[in-house]
Amino acid sequence: MADININTVNKYFGDVHVIKDVSLDIKSQSFTVLVGPSGCGKSTMLRMIAGLEDINSGTISIDGQVVNDLPPKQRNIAMVFQSYALYPHMTVFDNMAFGLKLEKRSKDEINERVNEAARILQIEDYLQRKPKQLSGGQRQRVAIGRAITRKPKVFLFDEPLSNLDAALRVQMRVELAKLHNELEATMIYVTHDQTEAMTLADDIVVLDTGIVSQKGSPLELYDRPNNMFVGGFIGSPKMNFISSKILSKSSDATEVDIMGMSKISVSKMSASSSEGDSVTLGIRPEHLIVNGDADGSWESKVFVVEKLGDVTYLYLEKDGEPLVAETEGHSEIKVGDTVKVGFPAGRCQLFDSSGQAFK
Amino acid sequence: MNKFYDKIFKYSLQMIVIIFCVFPFYYSVMTSLEGSSAVFEPNFFPTEINPKNYNYLLFEHNFPQTILNSLFVATVTVSISITISYFAAWSLSRVNFKGRSMFLFVILAISMFPQIAVLTGMYQLFLNFKDFYFNIFDLRVKGVTSLLWLCFTYTMFNIPFTVWVLTTFMKGVPKEIEEAAIVDGASSFLILRKIFLPIMTPAIFTTAIMAMIAVWNEFLFALTFTATNSDRTITVGIALINGTIEYEVPWGSIMAASVIVTVPLVIITLLLQGRIMSGLTAGSIKG
Repeated sequence: MADININTVNKYFGDVHVIKDVSLDIKSQSFTVLVGPSGCGKSTMLRMIAGLEDINSGTISIDGQVVNDLPPKQRNIAMVFQSYALYPHMTVFDNMAFGLKLEKRSKDEINERVNEAARILQIEDYLQRKPKQLSGGQRQRVAIGRAITRKPKVFLFDEPLSNLDAALRVQMRVELAKLHNELEATMIYVTHDQTEAMTLADDIVVLDTGIVSQKGSPLELYDRPNNMFVGGFIGSPKMNFISSKILSKSSDATEVDIMGMSKISVSKMSASSSEGDSVTLGIRPEHLIVNGDADGSWESKVFVVEKLGDVTYLYLEKDGEPLVAETEGHSEIKVGDTVKVGFPAGRCQLFDSSGQAFK
Repeated sequence: MNKFYDKIFKYSLQMIVIIFCVFPFYYSVMTSLEGSSAVFEPNFFPTEINPKNYNYLLFEHNFPQTILNSLFVATVTVSISITISYFAAWSLSRVNFKGRSMFLFVILAISMFPQIAVLTGMYQLFLNFKDFYFNIFDLRVKGVTSLLWLCFTYTMFNIPFTVWVLTTFMKGVPKEIEEAAIVDGASSFLILRKIFLPIMTPAIFTTAIMAMIAVWNEFLFALTFTATNSDRTITVGIALINGTIEYEVPWGSIMAASVIVTVPLVIITLLLQGRIMSGLTAGSIKG
């Protein structure tokens, strides 16, 4: 219905090259999340799709039609802004009806569509209020409602939840997921919050300084990051990175050392690597085995213990190499204890000196 | 105890400011209500209430005419300059073009020009304008010439100020609101009419009042470009109120005239006070 194809798009702000040769295919009716740190160009990407920002080179097509020179209103899109951007002088009803009135729809149709959207978003009781009489969550619903009423092919969300408090954010996140199932529209969602990305997305696109670092399903990115950037960005707490060396290579595995204390054979390969090369070993805190049997291990003193109830995070350090390990919620381990941390070979990632992952 | 002295200190400072600002006005109101001889006796409360000064001004003098003239000039000037500046402010705050900040600085520089510097040149232009006007229109409406010329010069001097102020206000309107309207399918003109205008109404009122006060109080041009009693504006009208004999300064009438011209401004400002700059974009964006 509404595939979006982005083909070698470039964007400059003055001399700053913010989007570099980005190509992306976004499937119809999918929920795609653009994620990345501040300044990576994710909002700019979204604004270029919306038509609020010109493209310097390349093409963007929606539904097979190149839209480079089309104004936003002809692109069949709707956008939800981070700051809601409601029209302050209009009632909630008029805010949601504004786009429809401009399309010269009949009164009955406008009423029907606005009431339908209000029902989905549960804001029927507020239709005659002004935005300033609403709470943050209600305002965000109105902003989403304004997008829904126009029945666009593509929904664009620019960090829509980042102004809400934590509890409301979780609630709205679930509602957005529901909404996506209900509306069957293509949705593109920009966020810097990787939890939102993991929970909402069919596909996550990780952007790093204007380049697509990796695109894939949430679990693909979690299990098989292409590079250190994606490995570090997806997952919380962050993936641990330990500098290491290749001890030997075999036909299907690479043996690396762990801080000179033990070695581990990881069944990942890189053609360009050779014995003695520096590599980085990546492992997520939740995959480390505390005081148990594993393929390789490491011992260190505990500096900080964070008890979260369901899990406990242990902060360790050895020779400047910090490490976070996850263990069970009611752990007896105290600050100052020495623990043995086990590395399961199947969960380890290897990255070469340029940050590319071993396959 | 400390708090008590703090309060006294704060209130007495406020009292000093209020007395300093309001007393001259109070004294002129009082003087305007007194008869001719009572004016010269210093006192804090009027010894008699006598409307003779007002009667004289409103019924025996051409003062009502000067009020009408001033109203005409102020209305025309303010409407024209606000309309032009509203569109100018939009382009200066929202449209990207080369030399935009230069343009703004030029506008600011123009508004610093003293009136007196252009007065002689303006007078020469005025004479040409008059010739031109007389040649085209019937002589019977020539009284309007001066007033039209005043509107023109006031607009010229007002526009830099109103453009500057409205541009600043418009820059304060979040860009996302405009972008949301663009995505909703609104054209620039429609955004100016349906989105910006309602949001900017308080700002426009504020600017209009300031511009209006400036026009209302202008004296130099008004004196230079008006020649007959029928086309005086109020400031000149007050200055030219004279007594029955050469050496008499009719303080009572002058004060009454001042009160008459000040009261409308005060009323307008009080009426619109609530609207002035309150909640420009409340509820639109986060917070």
